[in-house]
Amino acid sequence: MKETPLSNCERRFLLRAIEERKRLDGRQSYDYRNVRVSFGADYGCCVVELGRTRVLGQVSCELVSPKLNRATEGILFFNLELSPMASPSFEPGRQSELLVKLNRLLERCLRNSKCIDTESLCVVAGVKVWQIRVDLHLLNHDGNIIDAASIAAIVALCHFRRPDVSVQGEEVTLYTPEERDPVPLSIHHMPICVSFAFFQQGTYLLVDPSEREERVMDGLLVIAMNKHREICTIQSSGGIMLLKEQVLRCSKITGVKVAEITELIQKALENDRKVRKEGGKFGFAESIPNQKISAFKMERAPVDTDDVEEQAEEIITKADPPLDVFAEPILRLPGTAQIGEGIENSWGDLEESEREEEEESNSDDVTASEDQKMEVEEINVVSETKKDDPIVLSDSEEEGVVILEPEKTSKKTRTHTNAKQENSSSKKAFNKKRKKKRATR
Amino acid sequence: METGLPARPGSGSGVGRWGRVPRAEGAVPAVAMGSEPGGCALRPFSCELGPLGRPDGSAAFLQGDTSVLAGLYGPAEVKGSRELYDQATLEVLLKPKVGLPGVFEKSREQLIRRTCEAVILGTLHPRTSVTIVLQVVSDAGSLLACCLNAACMGLMDAGLPMKSLFCGVTCALDADGALSLDPTAKQEKEARALLTFAISSVERRVLMSTTKGTCSVEELQRCIAAAQRAADAVFRFYRDSIHRKYSKA
Repeated sequence: MKETPLSNCERRFLLRAIEERKRLDGRQSYDYRNVRVSFGADYGCCVVELGRTRVLGQVSCELVSPKLNRATEGILFFNLELSPMASPSFEPGRQSELLVKLNRLLERCLRNSKCIDTESLCVVAGVKVWQIRVDLHLLNHDGNIIDAASIAAIVALCHFRRPDVSVQGEEVTLYTPEERDPVPLSIHHMPICVSFAFFQQGTYLLVDPSEREERVMDGLLVIAMNKHREICTIQSSGGIMLLKEQVLRCSKITGVKVAEITELIQKALENDRKVRKEGGKFGFAESIPNQKISAFKMERAPVDTDDVEEQAEEIITKADPPLDVFAEPILRLPGTAQIGEGIENSWGDLEESEREEEEESNSDDVTASEDQKMEVEEINVVSETKKDDPIVLSDSEEEGVVILEPEKTSKKTRTHTNAKQENSSSKKAFNKKRKKKRATR
Repeated sequence: METGLPARPGSGSGVGRWGRVPRAEGAVPAVAMGSEPGGCALRPFSCELGPLGRPDGSAAFLQGDTSVLAGLYGPAEVKGSRELYDQATLEVLLKPKVGLPGVFEKSREQLIRRTCEAVILGTLHPRTSVTIVLQVVSDAGSLLACCLNAACMGLMDAGLPMKSLFCGVTCALDADGALSLDPTAKQEKEARALLTFAISSVERRVLMSTTKGTCSVEELQRCIAAAQRAADAVFRFYRDSIHRKYSKA
């Protein structure tokens, strides 16, 4: 679906408002939207909401052979998907430029910054390592996808537990979650992206742009930082020319924001850990607040299935018995069978011209055998298609058509007239272009 | 390979007599983590209508730990080649959580699409498209039924005209022929046959059925009858949640 274009007056309105330091949702220039993190029942599953932008993250792991040039390191794989439900302009299966850009940025932020210790993912050097796969799905697009995605990725990685493995000499034992508690991944630091949108050639700057603001911005600066104030990735796009002071100011703001977000993430992880340890309820069902008017919960509902058997028996006794009649297949030739005879042709004698027209529309169906062949539905087990003979005809346009007697009967086809018979022969190419068939009676 | 929690103990299944438990509206489900789901009872349901801002209609449906998010766009613009002159073009997309959608997802999409097509009044919106996107948020058994329920709630949230409502119910038959409704992942693995039905709200007719495994004709009819009973509970849940949402209107 095409994206609804932004109207000129809306664009002007947004830009004028930004000039007056006002934002549509009432935030200040440096304000972030509310971040909300919720966890699922599985380890490694989380949903992050940044305002109304929502991202689902899931981490999974698998034992694979390592890359040849990195025999002692595990493999990290990131995949961000823009679900068609996030925005009507995201079409399934099309690799848009935005998607490539986001995926690349996410990879640089998480993989190149070495936030995950890949050496610890090695099980047997050169033979088996863990492949950690992070799948992120954008569920709702309200701006600033990269921030939400990076938060979801790092939260999911921190939440994830992989199965425990023990290596004793040559023997490697992989424990199931029931046998031994799964172990968390070893994470050095948590890089988080913060986006800055620039307007009017760098004069005005907004942190965490919403979807409307993104549409009218001139350029975007993304800085990924961890709470130790180390810049993991920095990217400026859109061709805006920034001054050194602006970039430094942005990095200072990033430091503050990242510290806040990291604290929030730690608290959420801690809460979830506590709930799981104490045996309380966890999962997405618990994260839906009860007081919301649009949310509703129902307890376990028992279903009365007492008279189910009586009802079932009643239905079966009342039902018609299954038909026992099955048509016998007739084997005509090796590889050709026929079930059913079809019905009489009810069209009667047709004009010659109509006959010719129908001839042309007769496709590569195989020819009929006797006269009066009609509309027949057949289930044919054909290995090769048999076609009509390309019969050479006289050039005259006379309407007399000679009808040939077929030598052997083969499949029936949807033919039309009773005056016609087609040749049945095997494996001759049928020329579909205007060739009148000749058939003898 | 996904790691998960240690599986919860499943209950012994059987067709037994259950009394009606009074439902508390909007209360936190008083179900401890170790309770037995399935048997002849449906797991605790929750739903949230309209959690997403961009789609025309959206719904999050949770059955126990299985959770599906549905987002709907429609009636909207349709590409020229896919346009139908007399009715709306319906498209269903099912997105798994891990990996790319494969043939399994495609076949499920067609099942859901056929069900929705039977129910949506497409002739009221010719030359338009209705797109339903289903995202699997977590899978802990009876996923197809949860997808159907989420799709129906999404259609209601979007306000698309429908002939009737529909719901999905999964039945599992174990080796002894005992029936259990809304099975968990563990029960599904141990079941001899898994049957999923889409039941319409009009006279509880069966709109769609798909089965995996072997079962006799009597067992099939028993499962259909049990699913029709369970559909009563699901439709009551639909009604209550819609009633709650519009109570402030």
